[in-house]
Amino acid sequence: MPSLGSDMTSGTLVEQSIAPGQSFKRGDVIAAVETQKGVIEVEVFEDGTLDRWLVDLGTEVPVGMPLALIAQEGDPKPEIPPEPKPPEPPDLPEVPFEPIPEPDTPPDITPPPPDTQPPVEIVTPPPQAIESPGQTTLPPPQATRPRITPAARRLARESGLDLARHAPKDRQVLNRKQVECMVATSEKTRDGPAAKPDAGTEMRKAIAAAMSRSKKEIPHYYLAHQVDLTAAEAFLTKVNADRAPEDRLLMGALAARAIALALKKYPEFNGHHDGMGFHPVDRVHLGIAIHLRTGGLVAPALFDADSRNVDDLMTALSDLVTRVRAGRFKARELTDATITLTSLGARGIDQVTGVIYPPQVAIVGMGTPRLQPMVHDGQVTPRLSAALTLAADHRVSDGHRGALFLKAIDAKLQEPETL
Amino acid sequence: MTRADIDTALAEELYKIAPDVPLDDIDRSGDLREEFDIDSMDFLKLVAALGKRFDLPMPEADYPKMESFEAFSAYLQGQLS
Repeated sequence: MPSLGSDMTSGTLVEQSIAPGQSFKRGDVIAAVETQKGVIEVEVFEDGTLDRWLVDLGTEVPVGMPLALIAQEGDPKPEIPPEPKPPEPPDLPEVPFEPIPEPDTPPDITPPPPDTQPPVEIVTPPPQAIESPGQTTLPPPQATRPRITPAARRLARESGLDLARHAPKDRQVLNRKQVECMVATSEKTRDGPAAKPDAGTEMRKAIAAAMSRSKKEIPHYYLAHQVDLTAAEAFLTKVNADRAPEDRLLMGALAARAIALALKKYPEFNGHHDGMGFHPVDRVHLGIAIHLRTGGLVAPALFDADSRNVDDLMTALSDLVTRVRAGRFKARELTDATITLTSLGARGIDQVTGVIYPPQVAIVGMGTPRLQPMVHDGQVTPRLSAALTLAADHRVSDGHRGALFLKAIDAKLQEPETL
Repeated sequence: MTRADIDTALAEELYKIAPDVPLDDIDRSGDLREEFDIDSMDFLKLVAALGKRFDLPMPEADYPKMESFEAFSAYLQGQLS
């Protein structure tokens, strides 16, 4: 454990960036430790290969305690130092985290005698149970810590996800995707006032992680189509005239319904891609991108948009927005969307081209409707219109089908009374 | 009901939707949706809340009379008198 300031007496290992057997170069970041000042990355001072970690994640250890054993170039399979005598560090293949020259450094911090034990069993210094001071009834951290892949653990750490609270009870090994879902869920279920001060930063990180993955993994293609919304607007005006405010419809509800109906003929835009293949979903859980006043964006699902009428959808949409703004979500709403709609609303600009939210395979964008010159019945006239866009996954579909899908949405919006 | 009471009621309902925008910071004659950064759904909720509070129908056709804080307040006063 490196000293990262004279006032630092201990630190918690929060990230093991490399796995045993992995090689690294001088200057690589191989770990991160948490101190009162925050999480600090630990660089290694020499080339080598990691033999094993000596300190478990989440364990607080004093400054000067070795965190890992490394093997240097040309070393035979690294042997554990024969006897834990402190004054022989030159040969120790320990990571030289600038050992603190304190005379009273405990002499027994080197690993225990290894002779008969396979390396994997030499793991933990006594857990300090920093999460549960004074509670002796808790099982040891080893038992409560979820099994999780390194990438997933890193993401969880970066996103501030408390794995102890979110981990599944079974023996399942958590992967990155599952942690992403948990991060998303935990961001949204966190109540505003109780949120950590850097909740906005954490959300930004979660968004960045999901969008980076999207841009890395999904071969997007993009389409745009101008839709005449005059009929839809007239329908809304007529329907809403006799309704109390709480029963009125918005264009967003019509768009949601039109998309859900169009998807019946174009199922390749509705479902999930797990990296191996596409899994269509037979119901439409339409994610609605909603911006938060505090910053950030979430896209919870309107469930069963294909089997609910416009009034139902409007009620559900209103309820969803209310809960989003209050910071209350159902976990499933954040993980089960099968396609997303992102709208610029009434005060926005002409066009939005979305970034697909993995593992979904398509996102429909709707620009702000406004009066624009269009040719209608052979005449150039002002018509209320908006740009409908599609970003979709080339692993699953092509532009030809995407274009037909957008035209199908358009067609539904021309007959709003049938929605 | 005085105009001040109406302003207070309007401010209260706006606060529920846009707590991050202090009333003192806005242009009361400016576009309400712009000033408070509210979307159609927010506006609909605002109209519904005030309709309930004052037992008014708040027809969609009257929305153009609610386009600024000042106009909205004047509209409510007109409906209530």
